[in-house]
Amino acid sequence: MEINEFIENFADQFDDIEVASLTPTTVFKELEEWTSLIALSVIAMIDEEYDVLLKGEDIRNASTIEDLFNTVKSKQEK
Amino acid sequence: MSANYNPFSLVGKRILVTGASSGIGQRTAIECSRLGAQVIITGRNEERLQETFSQLEGEGHEALIADLTKNAQLENLISLVREINGAVFCAGKSMTAPFPFCTEEKFEEVFRVNFFSQMELLRLLVKKKLLVKQSSVVFVSSIGGIERFSLGNGVYGASKAAIHSMMKTCAKELAPKKIRVNSVNPGMVKTHLIEDLAISPEQLDADMQNYPLKRFGEPEDIAYGIIYLLSEASSWVTGHALVIDGGVTV
Ligand SMILES: NC(=O)c1ccc[n+]([C@@H]2O[C@H](COP(=O)([O-])OP(=O)(O)OC[C@H]3O[C@@H](n4cnc5c(N)ncnc54)[C@H](OP(=O)(O)O)[C@@H]3O)[C@@H](O)[C@H]2O)c1
Repeated sequence: MEINEFIENFADQFDDIEVASLTPTTVFKELEEWTSLIALSVIAMIDEEYDVLLKGEDIRNASTIEDLFNTVKSKQEK
Repeated sequence: MSANYNPFSLVGKRILVTGASSGIGQRTAIECSRLGAQVIITGRNEERLQETFSQLEGEGHEALIADLTKNAQLENLISLVREINGAVFCAGKSMTAPFPFCTEEKFEEVFRVNFFSQMELLRLLVKKKLLVKQSSVVFVSSIGGIERFSLGNGVYGASKAAIHSMMKTCAKELAPKKIRVNSVNPGMVKTHLIEDLAISPEQLDADMQNYPLKRFGEPEDIAYGIIYLLSEASSWVTGHALVIDGGVTV
């Protein structure tokens, strides 16, 4: 699992966001386009692509995209 | 006042309760036993089913393990049930998936438990004439998919809408056999089911504020509605969806 690919998959959940505008340190909840539907989509994408089922709390506890990436990675290792 | 007067009594009734190892089904089984019913409880998790069993009051109850999505186990359950006066279908699962993720696989996973297994169970109970005259069938449906369409709740909601439709059809078709068919349609109830939802405690709290009675349901709030539908108090009620939701759909 690799962060650039994770960011691409993450960006895919938005309707109009440039992948290039997102970096590992982007504080995703502060993005103007961030909504609760996108949060659900991110959870579903992570389930589909990485076989990890996050809870709402995991999203709440993450601030940057990298935080989320690390949560998924640590859950994959379990 | 007569000390024994209770139109909601379940004395003399044998009642099958699925999903009795947890949440709404567990509470329903216990309350039914307290109102005098003999209950047949079923679930997959042996330990938790046993925990329910140990809380039943009175005599003559049975606990049967079955995964209702496995045909052989469902048929085995049916072979052990014998004649019953009522059935409550509480087994079910939730699923959160925004539309682009609503694959056929996800529909199938949810429909197997929430819809197909319930139809097959009821079909076999009817076909084998295990539901005696004047019996009552209660589905645990939901406000989701029928009254309320929350984000990401499409697959689950569709399974409940399917139950809603068949509840009405069965009410009509089984009426000549004097079998009543109804549902309870709960709002958010505090069980394991909502712990599995992909929403945070803060979002849950925010959602709770949408409820005019400012709280989520407890399993007994739903169990009492089910008991009404099982009892003779509702003998002129069939094809009805009883919403129990703290007023959230008002
Ligand atoms: N909680 C709510 O907010 C809410 C709202 C509206 C409607 N409902 C409905 O109420 C019903 C009960 O839910 P709950 O909240 O009580 O959930 P719960 O605590 O998670 O209980 C679900 C029950 O279903 C059983 N079950 C699941 N899959 C099964 C299978 N394949 N075969 C046999 N049994 C199976 C479980 O058995 P094991 O644990 O033994 O596996 C458990 O006893 C469901 O139909 C749900 O959709 C709940």
